[in-house]
Amino acid sequence: MIDPRLVLVLSAVLLALGVVGVLTSSSAISILMCVELMLNAGNLALITFARIRGGPEAQIYVFFVMTLAAAEAAAGLAIVIALFRLRGTTDVDEINLLKW
Amino acid sequence: MTLIAFFVLALLLIASALVVITHRNPVTAAVALAFNLVAISGLYMVLDAQFIGLLQVIIYAGAIMVLILFVIMLLNLREEVKAHPAGTFQRILAPIASLLFAIVIGRAFWLSAPSSFPESAKDFGTAASLGKELFTRFYYPFEAISLLLIVAMIGAVLLAKRKVS
Repeated sequence: MIDPRLVLVLSAVLLALGVVGVLTSSSAISILMCVELMLNAGNLALITFARIRGGPEAQIYVFFVMTLAAAEAAAGLAIVIALFRLRGTTDVDEINLLKW
Repeated sequence: MTLIAFFVLALLLIASALVVITHRNPVTAAVALAFNLVAISGLYMVLDAQFIGLLQVIIYAGAIMVLILFVIMLLNLREEVKAHPAGTFQRILAPIASLLFAIVIGRAFWLSAPSSFPESAKDFGTAASLGKELFTRFYYPFEAISLLLIVAMIGAVLLAKRKVS
């Protein structure tokens, strides 16, 4: 059987990869995709905890996080579309209206 | 058997995540993300959480990926523009910082988690057991999250709507 520690370390690695993506990519859509990556890493850790403990609670949390991710993706992508219409780009370095 | 499945899925996960964060073409990155999400669903199945695994495929690989690909198509994005010169410092520092972050979290997990899974309960991860919890103990959070979905839907429509002049 699998070692739960391995799964947890895998989820930590995936989270770190998502952080790298958020910090280094300049397109807003890429950043949103990397946020999805990070949410999934968190979900993976939660499912592992659920399996260790054996109860349904952590799985319910994963269900809520998935719903939240869907809402986040819908609102985030709508903002990207609105920004693209306004500025003609999705490059976050170009979007600095609120920057001092 | 499950160990082999785990290592294959872990390899797929890390490889597709690397493609997502490094590839310049957004469509390729999105397809790699879809791969990643399906591999995670496989991992849920390996961990005996069948219902969540199925939801993962339906919600993430189905709905969210279609939404992302649709927006990429709508905006007609091609290659990401060349790296901003001011961002190079960030580009070098981010992987180092994230590596340290992964080491800290991974070590904390490694030291605190048990080294083997207990025998899973018979109804672990089934739709019946999760549904029962969802509609009894977690009923109010469930209603709240449905409200959140409606708000997000209305907000998305309002934001993305073309202004009528």
